[in-house]
Amino acid sequence: MIGTLFTILFYLATLLFVVGLLYRIGVYSRTPAPLKIPTTPAPINTGGVVLRMTREVLFFESLFKANLWTWGMGWLFHASLVLVLLRHLRYFTEPVWAWVAFIQPFGVYAGITMLLGLAGLWARRLFVERIRYISTPSDHLLLVLFMAIAASGLLMKFVAHTDVISVKGFILGLMYFNWQPLPAHPGLYVHLLLVAVLLLIFPISKLLHAPGVFFSPSRNQADNPREKRHIAAWAKQLDSGQIEPNDMGNAK
Amino acid sequence: MSATITAPAYRIIPIIPALKPGAMEDSKSFVANDKIQEALGFPGQLVDDWHDRALARMGELLGKYRSLKVFLDACVHCGACSDKCHYFIGTQDPKNMPVARQDLLRSVYRRYFTLPGKFFPKLVGARDLTREVLDEWYTYFYQCSECRRCSVFCPYGIDTAEVTMAAREILDSVGYGQKYSNEIIGKVHRVGNNLGLPGPALLDTLEGLEEDVKEATGIDVRFPLDVKGAEVLLVTPSADFFAEPHIDSLIGYAKVFHATGTSWTLSSKASEAGNFGMFIGNYDQLRKIAMRIREAALELGVKRIVVGECGHAWRVAYSFWNTLTGVGDGADANDKFAMMLQKQLDHRYKQPLHICEFTWDMIEQGALSFDKEANDKHIITFHDSCNVARGSRMGDYPGGQFEIPRNIIKAVANNYVEMPLSTTREQTFCCGGGGGLLTDDLLDLRVKGALPRMEVLQQVVDEHGVNFMATICAICKAQFTKIMPIYGFDRRMIGGVHQLVSNAIRLGNK
Repeated sequence: MIGTLFTILFYLATLLFVVGLLYRIGVYSRTPAPLKIPTTPAPINTGGVVLRMTREVLFFESLFKANLWTWGMGWLFHASLVLVLLRHLRYFTEPVWAWVAFIQPFGVYAGITMLLGLAGLWARRLFVERIRYISTPSDHLLLVLFMAIAASGLLMKFVAHTDVISVKGFILGLMYFNWQPLPAHPGLYVHLLLVAVLLLIFPISKLLHAPGVFFSPSRNQADNPREKRHIAAWAKQLDSGQIEPNDMGNAK
Repeated sequence: MSATITAPAYRIIPIIPALKPGAMEDSKSFVANDKIQEALGFPGQLVDDWHDRALARMGELLGKYRSLKVFLDACVHCGACSDKCHYFIGTQDPKNMPVARQDLLRSVYRRYFTLPGKFFPKLVGARDLTREVLDEWYTYFYQCSECRRCSVFCPYGIDTAEVTMAAREILDSVGYGQKYSNEIIGKVHRVGNNLGLPGPALLDTLEGLEEDVKEATGIDVRFPLDVKGAEVLLVTPSADFFAEPHIDSLIGYAKVFHATGTSWTLSSKASEAGNFGMFIGNYDQLRKIAMRIREAALELGVKRIVVGECGHAWRVAYSFWNTLTGVGDGADANDKFAMMLQKQLDHRYKQPLHICEFTWDMIEQGALSFDKEANDKHIITFHDSCNVARGSRMGDYPGGQFEIPRNIIKAVANNYVEMPLSTTREQTFCCGGGGGLLTDDLLDLRVKGALPRMEVLQQVVDEHGVNFMATICAICKAQFTKIMPIYGFDRRMIGGVHQLVSNAIRLGNK
């Protein structure tokens, strides 16, 4: 019964996650960037932009300039999260890829460092006056959500084991539409439920920073306005004289 | 209030200040009257249905500007920007933290444009758009100088300037405009420049300058106006025509053109490089003001366009002119609008060119020579202006906007000292008067906003005896001239890079 509920929940959550995210990415890519606004000094060509974006995404370059504590905690959390996610590929592959098998122990440590990073970020949110000032309840709850996911996962690893073979059977069953029962384990229920919640809120929350960073004009534009005329479709209409500038405000 | 404005105390160690909620809630610039508003096509007074029209405008901007859409969605409240704004450092008002300033708008965006905000407003910090919120927008979005310092540190590049511009555009669209910025834009359209200096007065001023320079140097340095067929059109902020110390840099440009034998002209139509359309985030005004440059260039048949010392003007010229007027290079062959101007201009040179690029190029070619001793009375430091530093470039490589002005100073003077790196180049602090805030009704804010720059200036004054801070922005010059005496500095400490060039340049026979 509970297995069926989780089956339905995961299909729903995955569907909303994928559709919601694609929709958001669609909106971001369709919305024009009418002016050249890279934060300078900026790369002057596309290759440079790729490098800048890579440094930003992999190493959080700007955050490093801003605040070493936030950078340290944030980077620790995100890097650990990536390792943890990769480690979980073993539940989705049969046979397990060699490199996934190789990183298994690191993935476990990453679970711990992820929790540490999150705790540091939360402490900052709770105890630094100006960060507390800007925090909304959802900011706190999101950290709690991630911590609960990490903690429930680690509990299953170190304290109350679950039948991971059956868990893998359940997940592969989801993937190949050959549904299998889910082991009865409260820790597992909590873990999976929270992951589903995370998938559901991803496209409607600040987690959109993940796709958003790639669309940020101040980071993804090349600094070449004198060399190449950059103009959005709606702005080009002004040039051809089809619409008087003052009418634009009333358009739509 | 203005009579009692004093400078805040320097921080002993530059620690992050404690919050003082509401510290600046009464610092509100004068609201534009209906005459000023209507001249720009905005409603004269706050319209009755401001609520609906503001939201409609916000929706429209979200569809037109990817920056706004992404920036409102992506913020995770990490706080990287929270201690980076000079207005926050100087005022301690938490709503002057970049993220909190953005949240004034973001909270309304969330309420009306996102699912969680519609159903669980409290949870995600979403707010109804009330009259109080609208007033708060007006107050705090006119306490942002759009300097982009926060965007340097944001892991997603969120630029509060973009959010401020959008908020100001929404306010204008419902009839809630700022007197200072909108009155100036009206003057540009009516008279041709921000200061409202009409053509005949301009001609008079320039003739006076020719006499002054002749008297001082014995050489006929010309200040041509509206000369058809000149090689170079110089577009410069109108403050250069009569404000101190701006005018000394104008003399510097003229001497550089004279010494290099470059034929040049000013234009009475385009007698203003500044473009306050950017400050209010209104694309139509931004474009309309920029079009004057295009028209002047086409009328005068010039081959090159050079821009004088002005920060935001250089951002608009460098980053936006090609988009707005087709002044640069690289337009589609079937882009008739851009082709008209691009065919006329000489593309062996970058279009537009900053006067510092021009001068440095001439120095490198050996076309200029200097008596550096003429600047020996100065121990010089350089204040990077925000829009030049973070919204533009000079030369062929990223960061040329930092090197070229410094190279010029070092070529014309012997004593040069840097301020700490965490307050210069891309991390430079705004002077405190940019982005449409250079008005006396915001003097308290301007004084407080200058605190971080004044702190490090004091440091190099104490350690190295610095007595001259060079800069290449008309607003920086005007702001510092006004507020530096309040911090106990001599107002003559501030000046332009071309003022130093002017002091040392050899005219006539080299």
